[in-house]
Amino acid sequence: MTHWIIAPVVLPAILAPFIVLAARHHLGIQRVFSITGVAALVAVAAGLAWQASDGTVTLYQLGDWAAPFGIVLVGDRLSTLMVLLTAVLALLVLLYAIGSGWDSRGRHFHALYQFQLMGIMGAFLTGDLFNLFVFFEVLLIASYGLMIHAGGNKRLRAGVQYVLFNLLGSTLFLFALGAIYAETGTLNMADLAQRAQLIDPSASVGIRIAAVLLLLVFAIKAAIVPLHFWLPSSYAEAPGPVAALFAIMTKVGAYAIIRVYTMIFPPQLEVTTGLHDLWLLPAALITVAIGAAGVLAAKHLDRLVAFSVIGSMGMVMVAIAMFTPNSIAAALYYIVHSTLAAAALFLIVDLVRSSRATLEFTAAPPIAGAALTAALFFMAAIAMTGLPPLSGFVGKLLIMDAAFPIPLVVWTWAIILGASLVSVVGFARAGSTLFWRAQSLAPPADAPTPPAPATLSFVAVSGLLALLVAHTVFAGPVHAYMTAMSAQLFAPTPYISTVLDTPGKMSTPKEAH
Amino acid sequence: MELLVASAIGILTAVGLYLTLRLRTFPVILGISMLTYAVNVFLFASGRLTIGSPPILRDGVASYTDPLPQALVLTAIVISFGMTAVVVMIGLGAYLGSDDDHVDDLAAPSDPRGEDAT
Repeated sequence: MTHWIIAPVVLPAILAPFIVLAARHHLGIQRVFSITGVAALVAVAAGLAWQASDGTVTLYQLGDWAAPFGIVLVGDRLSTLMVLLTAVLALLVLLYAIGSGWDSRGRHFHALYQFQLMGIMGAFLTGDLFNLFVFFEVLLIASYGLMIHAGGNKRLRAGVQYVLFNLLGSTLFLFALGAIYAETGTLNMADLAQRAQLIDPSASVGIRIAAVLLLLVFAIKAAIVPLHFWLPSSYAEAPGPVAALFAIMTKVGAYAIIRVYTMIFPPQLEVTTGLHDLWLLPAALITVAIGAAGVLAAKHLDRLVAFSVIGSMGMVMVAIAMFTPNSIAAALYYIVHSTLAAAALFLIVDLVRSSRATLEFTAAPPIAGAALTAALFFMAAIAMTGLPPLSGFVGKLLIMDAAFPIPLVVWTWAIILGASLVSVVGFARAGSTLFWRAQSLAPPADAPTPPAPATLSFVAVSGLLALLVAHTVFAGPVHAYMTAMSAQLFAPTPYISTVLDTPGKMSTPKEAH
Repeated sequence: MELLVASAIGILTAVGLYLTLRLRTFPVILGISMLTYAVNVFLFASGRLTIGSPPILRDGVASYTDPLPQALVLTAIVISFGMTAVVVMIGLGAYLGSDDDHVDDLAAPSDPRGEDAT
């Protein structure tokens, strides 16, 4: 049994207390350790992704206790891809946080950042539902700290909303787990997948309730209408780099939905029929529409980007809710795209904020470093709205292509295309007011010129956009890999047998059957 | 006993939801505490209700109680305790900073809030 798979959880878990205890007063040392740690995470995550790329399912039994009694970590294609995505995003966002000096505006930024990474990595790797809850709490409690980093009244108030909403979500999660345990007697995902098949469809009230509750919890995380209300003000008020890191947190919800509803409650399972096509798909389509409406109605750049995140989560959920191998592959492609594009946009919002008095769409003199920021915004907006030639276009094409077999195909096409058009208008208006009309105004003669953002900030944003370009250029191989991943998700037998049949220290040797 | 436990969970949940919908920091935090109590009892009951049965294997005992929900409840209690402490601190900071303990979205300082919001 190799121990590499637990490294993404253990490494930040060790680094964070070290940063708090040993390097509390030395920002330079904190930065060095934080960067080194995240760079090591990228290397480990790349190794794990490479290991899983041929379809191997890696199992790690904590304390060598066999599933379903012990807690297991499982690395398959999907988990390792999400871990790699998190690590790469974390590295670039951390560079930005250091370049822009956000980490020096409050205390314990780096420690909280590492705890946040620990929670996210754990949520992606765990094979146990209760353990998923624990890792959700780890990532949430770190995100509470990051969300109100550097303080300020508006941020604190937004933070209160964010914390309370997520506490309600956690309570709901516990209700769902209790209901699942009462019905099946296990919380291990692989074990649940087997036991859910055995439930008599005529006596399925409990498990139906549990499945819906669990979906609600993940929908809160993924910000699906009508559970999206926490997102706009939290993301808009959070510090720029933190909002960029939060771009992966909505994807934790999407990941959990993919994992649980392909393995434990697959679409063909009789006890939970109708959950996906009857409820999830319309909710996802409304999310797309609300996101686009918010983009058009927003009066501030940060709100506009927050609503575009809701819209792109809606796109992801539309693809997931179809639950065909094609649509899940499209959803996975779009998840990667949407994470990178949202993170880039939040960082650009922060670049604009650093030299403008307000983010409101009013004409003001050009900001420092305007030409470069405008170019980056132009590119990120093209990616986010799904115009050619960037990966948003490819992703939307894949999703619309996957929508052909479903009954709601006309609605899906109409809403996706309409929402894209509306978002293009919203982003074009924002860009032209902030960057173009600014050129016609001269700054007041006595106004101090704000310092241009640090080079490192631009490097981080360009890095994210370069990844988007790579995601577009290599769309063919990436999509082929996503298709293989989705095939693995729809044939969970190797996953289940790896988890349940690997002996642990207390197992008696199995007799041959 | 089933009726007692079930109605206790139901009443706690109802009270918790009602308080959460009050949209002021203090009632909302109390409401969330009520909800966590409800969910703790609910988790406990998910391992079936038995009286006087040991959770650990012992000689000469025929009926056992499920030990796993007890471990889950313990984790849930610790987490909800920590979370409540965090939200009290953040809520206090927000209240002291803006002299307003509404949880709903930000209002302009000049905007007079209805008194009925309490």
